[in-house]
Amino acid sequence: MSDIAIDTTTDAARGRTGRLIVYAIIGVIGICLFLAPFLFPDVRSQEVAARICIFIVLVASYDLLIGYTGIVSFAHTMFFGLGAYGTAIALKLMGPGWDAILLGGALGLIVSLILAALVGLLSLRVKAIFFAMVTLAAASVMAVMASQFSDFTGGEDGIIYKVPKLFSPATKLLTDEDGKVLRIFGAKANGKMAAYYFVFFGSLVLYLIMLRIVASPLGTVLEAIRENEMRAEALGYRVVLYRTAIFCIAALIAAAAGILRAVWLKYTGPETSLSFAIMIDILLMVVIGGMGTMTGAIIGATLMSLAQFYLKDLMEVASEATAGIPLLPDLLAPDRWLLWLGVLFILLVYFFPAGIVGTLNKKGGHP
Amino acid sequence: MESFNSVFERFGGINLLPAILALIAFVLIGSPSTWVTLTVAGLAMGMMIFLMASGLSLVFGLMDVLNFGHSAFVSFGAFIAASVLAALAAWVAADSVILNLAALFLAIAAAALFGLIAGWAFEKVIIKPVYRDHLRQILITMGALIVAEQIILAIWGGSPISVPRPHFLSGSLIIGDVSIELYRLFAFALGLVAYVALYVILNRTRVGLLVRAGVENREMVEALGFRIDRLFVGVFVLGSALAAIGGAMWAGYETLITAAIGSEMMIIVFIVIIIGGLGSIEGSLLGALMVGLMGNYVAFLAPKMALASNMILMMAILLWRPYGLRPAVK
Repeated sequence: MSDIAIDTTTDAARGRTGRLIVYAIIGVIGICLFLAPFLFPDVRSQEVAARICIFIVLVASYDLLIGYTGIVSFAHTMFFGLGAYGTAIALKLMGPGWDAILLGGALGLIVSLILAALVGLLSLRVKAIFFAMVTLAAASVMAVMASQFSDFTGGEDGIIYKVPKLFSPATKLLTDEDGKVLRIFGAKANGKMAAYYFVFFGSLVLYLIMLRIVASPLGTVLEAIRENEMRAEALGYRVVLYRTAIFCIAALIAAAAGILRAVWLKYTGPETSLSFAIMIDILLMVVIGGMGTMTGAIIGATLMSLAQFYLKDLMEVASEATAGIPLLPDLLAPDRWLLWLGVLFILLVYFFPAGIVGTLNKKGGHP
Repeated sequence: MESFNSVFERFGGINLLPAILALIAFVLIGSPSTWVTLTVAGLAMGMMIFLMASGLSLVFGLMDVLNFGHSAFVSFGAFIAASVLAALAAWVAADSVILNLAALFLAIAAAALFGLIAGWAFEKVIIKPVYRDHLRQILITMGALIVAEQIILAIWGGSPISVPRPHFLSGSLIIGDVSIELYRLFAFALGLVAYVALYVILNRTRVGLLVRAGVENREMVEALGFRIDRLFVGVFVLGSALAAIGGAMWAGYETLITAAIGSEMMIIVFIVIIIGGLGSIEGSLLGALMVGLMGNYVAFLAPKMALASNMILMMAILLWRPYGLRPAVK
């Protein structure tokens, strides 16, 4: 008896330290992102920081589906792309202005909502696996249409446009006595900084909304559906409606992330917002971070984004080092980084299905 | 409405759908010779898609396993066949039908052999550890698809590869003012042979009986003392080989292939098995023919809508029958 008691206390203690580690990492990432313009003033790091912010939202919203409710959708980039393209097309047609962002963004959100409700009501009635296929088909059709209606979407080239004046790098937020842009710790207080904080706080608000959803009764019902669908239905919850509802919510949040992306990049094309590669990124981030944990999204998105930027450099070195051996240099070429991510992904799903956060928390996540 | 339904059922019910589709298209297209050409192309395409889809559908029906990596076999089949045909270029271009046939046969056999071996390995390594866990199945087979596509890129490179067609299949058959590509007739014939063979195996042999019983109720068959898991490996391997053959045929049909062929075909295959209903080869055939015909007609009438039209077809059928036209499992 006493052995068991000791075991549970050590387990609990390990879980507590694990959670502390998780919160410490989250804290560090949060502070780094908040102070990113000051800590990492160069252009490339800024891009990475903004990308991390946006992907945290995207991944967390996807986790609402896959981790909390247990439904697999491949259409998440479709909604992300709808938000981005809505904003981009409005900015292109109406010129740079807040009205364009509001109108285009709202249109993107509405179309996403309608599509999500349609797809959800049509195919969430049946098996989860059916839903995965339907969403995959829907997403790829959307991608093909975006590249075919090129008068409207710019096709494969995408759309380049201007954003409101506040966000252009030439705008001076604060000036010193000479009338030049004020520098705070070496960072220029210009429009780029304003754009970054627009992205940062936009992402923060969306993330907090999701935290609230997860903690609400709705979140509990969703987890009940994930654990045992029949039982949830028997307790009187309309499973289809709950699933469709969370699918719509996740779609809306993804579209909102798309708006942020469009405003930040000043460019929208298939590669940045609609391609299947992004869907794979999201999947990897969710699995690495830990499904069914909101904190996992932060860790997963940060780790993957950093890895994407530095793994390629590493592979280039490896490819050159193995230049004499047949086939190996081809497999190690920087273009093939997706190959190794795929292998990593398979291994992770086998051996650490709970992801980093789940493993650290030692609750084991869900089976 | 009632009388309409009973008449509809008496004349073959849902089996009539492809014919109805062809009839509507005939009215819309107007020119009979164009219509015949498009219909033959659609049927040929449908048969090739059927080859790719049938295995996936059966595997799902039998073991509740959905393999998102199925289309990896399609693309490997296509590339292997292309390599074999390129290596036997002299035979392929020769004027002798026997040499042509030998080259074609070798190419298809190589693809099928690869499908058999790789299918077996895939089942053991990738699928086996995640039986009965849909979420991880989807994730892992998706990962496998990514890896497979990248391996193809590493071996064959990113630029499109042209596939030589055997000499005796490269011409067209001309009847009146209708011209029909011989390759399409060949693809249709091969698909038909595969369908008939599958049908006979499933409906006339003991193994087929077990497979059908397994699709219907796996636990019951296991309780009677049969090793469904071994049967399942067999079906999986056969399905992979069929997909590779389908890929090989598709390579000859397209004549220019890229590494993206797998993910492109996967979408179509999914639409087909959703339309047809999971677990039955009759459903797969019906779905494949409809998708093939629809794709060709719409590509002629409104080129930009080709892929979207199949999506709309799928949506319409899901509204009408949420489990597809002929599901064997629910």
